[in-house]
Amino acid sequence: MKQTKCFHCGDPCNQETIVVEDKSFCCKGCKTVFEIFSESNLTCYYDLQAAPGATPNEIEGKYDFLDQQNIIDKLLEFNEDNTQIVTLYIPHIHCSSCIRILENLHKLQAEISSSQVNFGKKTVHITFNSKNYSLKEVVLLLSAIGYEPYISLDDFSAGKKQINRSLIYKLGIAGFAFGNVMFLSFPEYFQVNGFWIEHYKPLFRLLMLAFSLPVVFYAAQDYFVSAYKGLRSKVLNIDVPIALGISVLFLRSTVDVFFDLGSGFFDSLTGLVFFLLLGKFFQQKTYEFLSFERDYRSYFPMAVTQISSDGVEKPIQVYDIKTGDRLLIRNGELIPVDGVLIHGKARIDYSFVTGESKNISRNYGDKLYAGGKQTAGIIEMEVLKTVEQSYLTQLWGHPIFNKNRTTAFTSITNAISKRFTIFVLSVAFIATVFWLWFDASKALNVFTAVLIIACPCAIALAAPFTFGNVLRRFGKTKFYLKNATVIEELATINTIIFDKTGTITSNKNSTATYEGQQLSKEEEDLLTNTLRASNHPLSRTLYSILKRNNIFTLDHFREHLGKGIEGEINQKTIKIGSANFVGATESAVLNTSVHVSTNNTYKGKFTFYNSYRKGVSKLFNLLKRDYDLVILSGDNEGELENLKKLLPAKTKLLFNQKPRRQTRIH
Amino acid sequence: MSVIYILLTISIIIAIVFFFAFIMAVKNGQYDDSYTPSVRMLFDDELVKETPKKADSTKKD
Repeated sequence: MKQTKCFHCGDPCNQETIVVEDKSFCCKGCKTVFEIFSESNLTCYYDLQAAPGATPNEIEGKYDFLDQQNIIDKLLEFNEDNTQIVTLYIPHIHCSSCIRILENLHKLQAEISSSQVNFGKKTVHITFNSKNYSLKEVVLLLSAIGYEPYISLDDFSAGKKQINRSLIYKLGIAGFAFGNVMFLSFPEYFQVNGFWIEHYKPLFRLLMLAFSLPVVFYAAQDYFVSAYKGLRSKVLNIDVPIALGISVLFLRSTVDVFFDLGSGFFDSLTGLVFFLLLGKFFQQKTYEFLSFERDYRSYFPMAVTQISSDGVEKPIQVYDIKTGDRLLIRNGELIPVDGVLIHGKARIDYSFVTGESKNISRNYGDKLYAGGKQTAGIIEMEVLKTVEQSYLTQLWGHPIFNKNRTTAFTSITNAISKRFTIFVLSVAFIATVFWLWFDASKALNVFTAVLIIACPCAIALAAPFTFGNVLRRFGKTKFYLKNATVIEELATINTIIFDKTGTITSNKNSTATYEGQQLSKEEEDLLTNTLRASNHPLSRTLYSILKRNNIFTLDHFREHLGKGIEGEINQKTIKIGSANFVGATESAVLNTSVHVSTNNTYKGKFTFYNSYRKGVSKLFNLLKRDYDLVILSGDNEGELENLKKLLPAKTKLLFNQKPRRQTRIH
Repeated sequence: MSVIYILLTISIIIAIVFFFAFIMAVKNGQYDDSYTPSVRMLFDDELVKETPKKADSTKKD
C-alpha cells in the first residue's frame, strides 16, 4: 500500500486521513491550518516547498500568563497609544515558505499591521493594534498556524536588547577613508615632478591626513584599548605591536606632511586598519552563526501557574516564585524551581539536566528538581527554593562554567606576539643606536621603518580567519564548540573523558538478553501481547525490542503498580515484572531486568543493556595511542563488564558520579 | 588648473553623501539581517503576478 503523506506537514498519514480538496492531511490540526490559509488566499505557501508546515500543538492554557500586564510589558519592545511591537522567536522557521506566510500575517488578521522575519535569528517582528487585539491573541494565532513562538525566561528583558553595530560603522569608516586616500595618493605614485603636482601636493596630502584621522581615532580604537589593557595587566598581546605600528605610521606620516618630507603612508595606514577590521567582521559573523552562548534561561518558561491559598489558579512570573508557593505543572511543562510533589503522579524527564533519556516516576512527597519536564498529566508541587537557589541554577552558576579561561590559558597568538614584540622592539632600538653612531640623520627613519614594516598584520589577520573557518568546518560535521579559544586548547589535550549516557550509548535502542528456559511460540505471543497492553516504559522498550508477533486481544489484563503486569488468554497466564512478583529469587545484578513466569512457573528474565553507538570500540582503539581515556557516568556499575569487553584495557571507568562531582573532575 | 579645487570639493561632497547614506542604512538596521531581504524580494514579484492570475488559477482547481 502506498503511504500517503500529509499535504501540510509531510508526516505519513497513519491513523486517520482527512481529505479536503483532494489533499490528504494527517490530523485535524494540519487540516485547520490549510483551511486558514486557503480562506485568506495564502495557499501559495505550499507552492514554494512541499509540506513546509508543522502540526499545531495543544496549547490550551499554556499562554494564560500573557494576560498579566507586567509580563506583557517585559516582552513588548514598543508600546504607545494603540501600537504594540513584539519580536518573537519561532524555532520552526526553516524555509522560504515560512518567511512568506509569516510576512503575510496581516492577511490573516487585520489588526496586525506588519510582520517582518529575520531568518538567521528565526524571529518575527510583529506590529499590531493593541486596541482590539492582544499579545496573547497574536501568540495564539501563530500557534494555530503551526508557528508556535518560544517564549522563555531569556526574553525577560527583550525590550532592552540593543544591537551592537559599532563594528560595521568602524568597517565602513575605514573602507571609506581607505578608498579616498588611495584615490588622493594616486598622482604621487608616478613620481613625476611636474609643476602641476608640485603645486597641488600639499592640498592632497592634507586631505589624506584628514581622512585618516577618523580611522586612527575611531576605527582603530579597539586596538589601542586592548593594547592598553594588555600592558596594564603586564601581557604583551597581539594588539600591542598593532597599536604601536598604527601610531608610528600615523605620527611619521603627519610629520612627513607638515615638514614636507614625503607623502606619508596614509594609504598603508587606512588599508591596514580596513583589512584588520574585515578579519574581525568575518570572525564575528561566523561566531554569530554558531553561537551557543546560552544558559538555563533560554530553556526555562517565563511564567508558571500558581495556586493561591483559596484555590485560584493564576499565572506567576518565574522570578516572583517564593518558597512555600503552590505551583501547577501541566503535561509538557518544565519545573522551574526545586520543590516537593504534593498532588498527582509525576513522570519527570530530566534529560535536560542529566542527559538520561528514561523518565523517572515520582510520588507524593518526593522531591522534584528544577529542569525536569513533566510528561504525564497535571501535578501540583510546593516550592522549596526560589529560582536563584535551585539546584540546577546553582550548578549552572558553578564557577567552573564562568571561570575566565582566557587568563588561565595564553593563546598561541599571544604567546607568539610576546616574543615577537620584544624581538621587534630590540631590532628597532639596536638599529637606531647603530645609525645614531654611524649616520644620525637616518636614525629616526630606520626606527619608524622597522616598526611600520614589522606590524604583525599578517598574524592578526590570519588568526580570526583561521578560527572562523575551523569553526565553520567543525559545524559542517556537526561538531560545535563553545568559542574559538577552545580550538587552540584542543591541541593541548592529553586525556579524553567521555560521558556515558547519550554520548557513547545510543539513546534509541537498548538491547535485552534473555536467560532461562526457552519460551514456546504460544508463550512468546502471550508475552508480546501482554507487553503491548502496558504503558510502563520498560514494557514499551521490551515490546519494541521483541519482534512483533500475532496481535490479539487478551482475555484478562492487570497492571500491578510497582510490581509488574499480568495477562491471560485461553486459560494461560503470564506474569511479567520484578523478581518477587513472578516468584523468583532476587539475584544481585545491577542491571535492570524483567522476570517472566507462565502458569506460575518461573521461566527466565530479560536483562537490559545499553546499546552502544557503532564504532565506539574502533574509536577508542584509535584514540588510545595518543590519549588517556576515561568514561564518566552517573549510573550504577551494571554496565562495567560490558564496557570492559568493548573498550581498550587501560580505559578508566568511573561510575556513580553525581553532576557536581562531574564538574570537579574537570 | 585651479578647477581642481572645484573638482576635489565636488568629489569629496559626493563621497560624504554616500558615506552618510551608509551610516543611515546601518542605523536603520539594514545590515542586521542579510539573508531574509534576498528572499522577500522574490515574494514581492510573485504577489504582483498573482493578482491577474487569480482567475485562471481557481479554474484549474
